[in-house]
Amino acid sequence: MTLSLNPLDGLAATGRFTLALCRGAGGATLFALEGVHQLFRRPFHLRAFLRALMDIGYASLPVVALTAIFTGMVLALQASTGLSRFSAGSAIPNLVVLSVTRELGPVLAALMVSGRAGAAIAAEIGTMRVTDQIDALTTLATNPMRYLVAPRLLAGLIALPLLVVIADILGVLGGFIVGTLKLGFDAATYLTNTINFLHTDDVVSGLVKAAVFGFVIALMGCYNGYRSRGGAQGVGSATTAAVVSASVLILALDYGLTEMFFTK
Amino acid sequence: MSAQNGSVPKIRVRGLKKAFGSKIVLDGIDLDIAPRTSMVVIGGSGTGKSVLLKCILGLIEPDSGLIEIDGTNVLTAPRREAARLRARIGMLFQNGALFDSLPVWENVCFGLLAENRITRAAARRKATEVLAQVGLGPEVITLSPAELSGGMQKRVALARAIAAEPDIMFFDEPTTGLDPIMGAVIDELIVDCVKKLGSTALAITHDMASAQRIGDRAAMLYQGRIAWEGPAEDLLTTAQPLVHQFTHGLAEGPIQMTLRR
Ligand SMILES: Nc1ncnc2c1ncn2[C@@H]1O[C@H](COP(=O)(O)OP(=O)(O)OP(=O)(O)O)[C@@H](O)[C@H]1O
Ligand SMILES: [Mg+2]
Repeated sequence: MTLSLNPLDGLAATGRFTLALCRGAGGATLFALEGVHQLFRRPFHLRAFLRALMDIGYASLPVVALTAIFTGMVLALQASTGLSRFSAGSAIPNLVVLSVTRELGPVLAALMVSGRAGAAIAAEIGTMRVTDQIDALTTLATNPMRYLVAPRLLAGLIALPLLVVIADILGVLGGFIVGTLKLGFDAATYLTNTINFLHTDDVVSGLVKAAVFGFVIALMGCYNGYRSRGGAQGVGSATTAAVVSASVLILALDYGLTEMFFTK
Repeated sequence: MSAQNGSVPKIRVRGLKKAFGSKIVLDGIDLDIAPRTSMVVIGGSGTGKSVLLKCILGLIEPDSGLIEIDGTNVLTAPRREAARLRARIGMLFQNGALFDSLPVWENVCFGLLAENRITRAAARRKATEVLAQVGLGPEVITLSPAELSGGMQKRVALARAIAAEPDIMFFDEPTTGLDPIMGAVIDELIVDCVKKLGSTALAITHDMASAQRIGDRAAMLYQGRIAWEGPAEDLLTTAQPLVHQFTHGLAEGPIQMTLRR
């Protein structure tokens, strides 16, 4: 095999990638529409939904909690070294609470959940696909989109905002710990500063982001799992694709949603 | 033979074709299965037997042809109607395809629960009953499929396929992986389903003894077509060269295994 470096190869590769991206986006959109449509059809699979809620929400709690606490702590520390240059050290609580509720809470929680629950969804549905379990559902009077996909989409949509509420609180707590123990803030002052500066909008925008991210995580897990082919290897690449596509989409949508909320 | 006693065949397949890319798997299948009879399909590995079943079930879209269930072409019928007809088929998948997130009893009664024909409490009792028919005791009902041996999984899958007493039953290699005695028990169970429940059965098997026990009629799939069709008891005696070579397992004959040495 000879290694030829044709300048057009790069162009062709870019083209192929773009085409694949468009195909994927189209496929995922149709898949999402079908999944949402099935959400409104009877029967609603309550057990499957509750299980998905536990898998996505409850089981992600420890990792999201740890991420949030450390993020709040490091934010306070960074802010103190950065802001003291402008003798604006008193703004630390505001900076922490705004960063956490608007941005870092939803984004970091979503990235964590995508690595945990998104991957697990893709692996489970992918395995069901390659072992004919999805076909078996069809032969047993069960619509697989309604039974497997719809409950997970709803669970993602609901679980992420709940996780983010907790992440917000723990993020502020992290900042509070560093602020009071290390930076010499008075506890009461820190809390007043935090609360006085917080608007409903900050929290609500973060929760809306979380809901969107949760839906995207579940969607990418289901979509990639559902169309996986070819045994263990196929399931492996479906899992990778689910996490990568969800992470990229989370960051891209984060920008879009921020623009929508805060630049009017 | 399609119109035994002049009745409409339960399943009628005409000119069914399916290719995956350039690989032609089914190349014009014609097959009739009369109501309340059982048909056995034999054929070499990879000749498209499982694909044939999946086409009838609507799990694989064929390229062309006609598939009638009770006289209605499911390929052209409205989606609802086709789904209603296909819902009457119980299927045993070749690899079992048990739901590994659910315990055995929920697997067995999955279809009944999905159609709300049974409560969850009653489902456990029903599962115990059906599992007894396939030679499994009540102690397995709370296990997960991963905790069972391969042959036990196959029998749970069989129990799941027949639990709803479907009108039509498809069995993809029901006795592969079972010991000879259990194999004979399962064969008898399938015959019972046809005789007592009045179901119509379509079974794929590689075991000639089992084929003769289960089948009223038999068909051999070769190169994408039905190469021979006749009474199952003729499988070992027919002079048809393809069937003769296949059922006797002869290396010499019209079927060439392409091996590179
Ligand atoms: N989803 C698919 N995509 C591509 N090719 C497929 C697919 N399903 C089956 N095939 C091909 O179709 C052919 C027939 O497969 P099938 O599973 O029907 O064989 P079979 O007759 O059931 O064999 P066996 O007795 O080993 O189970 C095989 O060559 C297989 O590679
Ligand atoms: Mg097969």
